[in-house]
Amino acid sequence: MITEIEKREIEAEIKKAPTKKAAVIDVLKVVQKHRRWIPDEALEEAADMLGMTPAEVDSIATFFSLIYRRPVGKHVILVCDSVSCWLVGYEDVKQHLMEMLGISLGETTKDGRFTLLPSACLGVCEEAPAMMIDDDLYTHLTPSLVDEILQKY
Amino acid sequence: MRFYRNIDDMTKEKPLTKNIRPDGPPCNLQEYVESGGYRGLRKALSDHDHEEVIDMVVRANLLGRGGAGFPAGKKWSLVPMGEDVPRPKYVVCNFDEMEPGSFKDRFLVEGDPHQLIEGMILAGYAIEAEVGYIFIRRDYVKAARILSKAIKEAYGKNYLGTNIMGQGFNYELHLHVSAGRYICGESSALLNALEGGRAIPRSRPPHMSTVGLWGKPTVVNNVETICNVPHIVANGPDWFRELSYTEEGGTKIYGASGRVKKPGAWELPMGTTLREILEEHAGGMKEGFKLRGALPGGASSEFVTLEQLDTKMDFASMKKVQSHLGTGTVIVLDNGNCPLGMVLSLQRYFSRESCGWCTPCREGLPWIVQMLEALEEGSGTAEDIEILLAHTKLLETGNTFCTLAPAAMFSLESALRHFRDDFEGHIRLKGCSYKRDKAKV
Ligand SMILES: Cc1cc2nc3c(=O)[nH]c(=O)nc-3n(C[C@H](O)[C@H](O)[C@H](O)COP(=O)(O)O)c2cc1C
Ligand code: SF4
Ligand code: FES
Repeated sequence: MITEIEKREIEAEIKKAPTKKAAVIDVLKVVQKHRRWIPDEALEEAADMLGMTPAEVDSIATFFSLIYRRPVGKHVILVCDSVSCWLVGYEDVKQHLMEMLGISLGETTKDGRFTLLPSACLGVCEEAPAMMIDDDLYTHLTPSLVDEILQKY
Repeated sequence: MRFYRNIDDMTKEKPLTKNIRPDGPPCNLQEYVESGGYRGLRKALSDHDHEEVIDMVVRANLLGRGGAGFPAGKKWSLVPMGEDVPRPKYVVCNFDEMEPGSFKDRFLVEGDPHQLIEGMILAGYAIEAEVGYIFIRRDYVKAARILSKAIKEAYGKNYLGTNIMGQGFNYELHLHVSAGRYICGESSALLNALEGGRAIPRSRPPHMSTVGLWGKPTVVNNVETICNVPHIVANGPDWFRELSYTEEGGTKIYGASGRVKKPGAWELPMGTTLREILEEHAGGMKEGFKLRGALPGGASSEFVTLEQLDTKMDFASMKKVQSHLGTGTVIVLDNGNCPLGMVLSLQRYFSRESCGWCTPCREGLPWIVQMLEALEEGSGTAEDIEILLAHTKLLETGNTFCTLAPAAMFSLESALRHFRDDFEGHIRLKGCSYKRDKAKV
């Protein structure tokens, strides 16, 4: 299942880390970079390379919210639902996102383009409301700005 | 002898932010050095031994900026020193910053990354550590990019690596990018995450200063705490204490979010009043809104109200008004938002972020969320308010494994203290009048 490229990248991560196990998050990120999420077989093979049991790796993969154990869309939208965003318009932004995409929080659009997830405070509360799409941060959100942003993806 | 400044002393020195250009590029290595950067490090390595550096930080009365206010120098002095202690020793910088309402550490690092790096090297020198880690949340993509570039620059000029500045000190610095979960910010959970485990807190004792990362002596400090260290070493502890209005040394990065005119972050003398922060620096409330209250230090602090605006924002003074300085980033509640709704948002956060390790937190927080939801929808009863109050005791410090749950109770308990009418209104009116008003507009 794991490709040669993934294997090489995983080995590089393990080599850099002070212990094999310490590389687990970076290794899972390698798999996720190539596949967007962590399928069972990939997890098992990665566990083998890490010298850990699949169950142990799974206990870590499921613990961290930004490691995905279920398929996600091409782009992951993390919309901040924490307090400062809530105070200045999170509800409207979320509502608009759900209507535009035709999905609820935790779901993926039928065309596999977007997954919409709620996120912990993104640390840009002075520019709330905020969201991230993949690695890109968007702030001062309004429903019309959300429309504009989604066009880019 | 008095070490702190007069309140009317307007020469507001801003050591932490002097290099930061809001909306501009980060301060690079050359600019940092030209502004006096790495001077503290040079001075420490050539003129001071480890104990003297710790002693400077002790005398500066630098209190931890991660929220708890533990004296940094005291924490460092608990680390076993000398030839025969377990090695390597570690310095870990907590850059998880997932406390809702907090954004000060990002502000510091995005503007001036070398300040943190120099602080990390000095902390390492002080406790004779060989290795440092900066633990950063994955969402801080920009800060991570800026930091890794700065770390490379620092290696290039031999501020990091072996025989630093020709003075015989060896120190490696690594950046670890995490993958979500608020609990990673709890210092012992953070160490488990770094080791590649589930990020659940560890029991203490043993304290991390003796048994920490991979069982070795470890110090964990917040970004802002570490950023202060180069200035203390370069300018001395007395200078540092004079930056403050109170006994607690230094300046503080305060911030404000919510419906204020100019949300943002500012470096001000420690002990600046909440009123000055909100009225002067945040520019007061947005047109059409009135101030109802505020969480002075992020989600894990207690509401204060209009009568408490003249309180000095330092650790000791905020305790006196039954609150906490926390992260010093103020979350403002206005009259257009429902206090119960705000508390519900906070409790949903803590409930989702609970690591699930201990029962009161894992079971209690979702229960609280359900009761608040019932109140908001109009199906709550007077008894629910009593049960909520009981939970603020059931989840108190001492009943849980870490302080996530007790700190979650700060907002709930204080909201019931200050805004009980609003809670009871939801029972009387069978729902949320703020929501109805909004729907009408
Ligand atoms: C749930 C939880 C989350 C925390 N998150 C952070 C954080 O993101 N950054 C931080 O510096 N401290 C955080 N803390 C506090 C740390 O446990 C620790 O006290 C702090 O990093 C020590 O640094 P300081 O002494 O320099 O303040 C958190 C604590 C808890 C219980
Ligand atoms: S209080 Fe909550 S977050 Fe802390 S250990 Fe217990 S379950 Fe985990
Ligand atoms: S609460 Fe949304 S960014 Fe902080």
